[in-house]
Amino acid sequence: MSSESSPSTPSAPSAVWAIFNREFAGYFRTPLAYVFLSVFNAFAISLAFFVGNIYEAGVANLDRFFLYHPWLWAFLAPAAGARLWAEERRQGTIELLLTWPISVWQVAVGKFLAAWLFLATALFITLPIAFTIGYLGDPDVGVIVSGYLGSLLCAGACLGIASIASALTRNQVIAFVTGFLACFLLVLIGYGVFDEFIGGLFSRNIIEEVRRLGLWRNLEPFTLGLVDLRPVAYFLTLSFGGLGLSTIIIERR
Amino acid sequence: MTLIEVKNLKKSYGSIHAVRGISFSVERGEVVGFLGPNGAGKSTTMKLIAGHLRADHGAAIVAGFDISAHPIEAKTHLGYSPEGAPAYGEMTVREFLRFAADLRNLPNPSERVKKTLELCRLNEVAHQTVDTLSKGYRMRLGFAQAVIHDPEVLILDEPTDGLDPNQKFEVRRILKEMASRKAVIVSTHILEEIDELCTRVIVIAHGEVRCDESKEKFLQRGTDLNEVFRKLTA
Repeated sequence: MSSESSPSTPSAPSAVWAIFNREFAGYFRTPLAYVFLSVFNAFAISLAFFVGNIYEAGVANLDRFFLYHPWLWAFLAPAAGARLWAEERRQGTIELLLTWPISVWQVAVGKFLAAWLFLATALFITLPIAFTIGYLGDPDVGVIVSGYLGSLLCAGACLGIASIASALTRNQVIAFVTGFLACFLLVLIGYGVFDEFIGGLFSRNIIEEVRRLGLWRNLEPFTLGLVDLRPVAYFLTLSFGGLGLSTIIIERR
Repeated sequence: MTLIEVKNLKKSYGSIHAVRGISFSVERGEVVGFLGPNGAGKSTTMKLIAGHLRADHGAAIVAGFDISAHPIEAKTHLGYSPEGAPAYGEMTVREFLRFAADLRNLPNPSERVKKTLELCRLNEVAHQTVDTLSKGYRMRLGFAQAVIHDPEVLILDEPTDGLDPNQKFEVRRILKEMASRKAVIVSTHILEEIDELCTRVIVIAHGEVRCDESKEKFLQRGTDLNEVFRKLTA
């Protein structure tokens, strides 16, 4: 091999793109991706029909479908995100990523976007339920679109949390369980199950503020067709906060 | 021309001092053999030079660039193969090398991949996934990703570990072919490899440099290299 072409410094977008491509294709290299997509679809649809009684409700909207999405993402975003960094550590390939001429944030962004697109794929596959509602009634398309947007943002938020959990360990199971517990907590506080538990300790105002941090509380406006700044900021803060924090964790090795 | 300059590197993990002030420099054309018992600080020193770990103290300069101040520039001129030659198990050999070429933003990446497959004799397994490779091919793949950009500085952590004699011969042959144009650091447990491969020897024990001299001088220390090694690393 000759040294006729001296190595050039990589440009930022091309490195992010290369990481993104590898990661996204990586999901589909194992049967796990198809299991994941099937499980998500099966649960999303059956929860809406059998628990939410979307059909019997007789209203042409998807409220009862999106109602369960925080639960689904709390479980499945950490499942998809557990491998993000833990797998690199286990395989030892993190050493390559950290000694190739790319920065950690490029790797983190590429990975995060690939995982998010994978979750978006899962969400996309549920579209037939929207078409079914459209066939049976006359739903507001704008409301359905904003519901899907909210669910996608919610998925990103859970993924942000999952990526922190994944950056902290080389064990995917631990990464999954930790990520799941953190997301699960964010689902629960919105339902106020801690009210009795912390009611005596804090004032009503504080409890109300805490409840605002719940995932469903922030997803609900979207399912009503409202795209408010506050919930958008909430989801994006969790997404990019998680992305940033996981980058820092990996950098401070 | 000095391509690697290491100045008083120190690294601790909690109360364990893995590297306690190591200094040396490597010129173009030199192949430095890193010798030392397990846990002596060889791998840690290599990781510090390659930018995988951050030093608590001191500096490592690769091809004129400080690895902590200008990591991207330094890493552009560096090829590093970690211990055990990690690679993505689910990718094929060709895909993995293409990924390495893309991340390095090499001009004409497919041509680079082709040349590297030939150089490292990986053509016959190019379509196999990394998980299915034998140890010999796997180590060669680790080597291949480290030389795909024909770097000036090459750092190889036990590149012949666990290989059979024929495979070792292969890796040494490739390394010798390119060594004259590069500065190379190779860590090894195999004392005989020094004579075969290196131009210089650095013995590391307890996180310190115990000996830094030409191969010829090192070989004159005694006929029984194992004995020489034991004395130096005690």
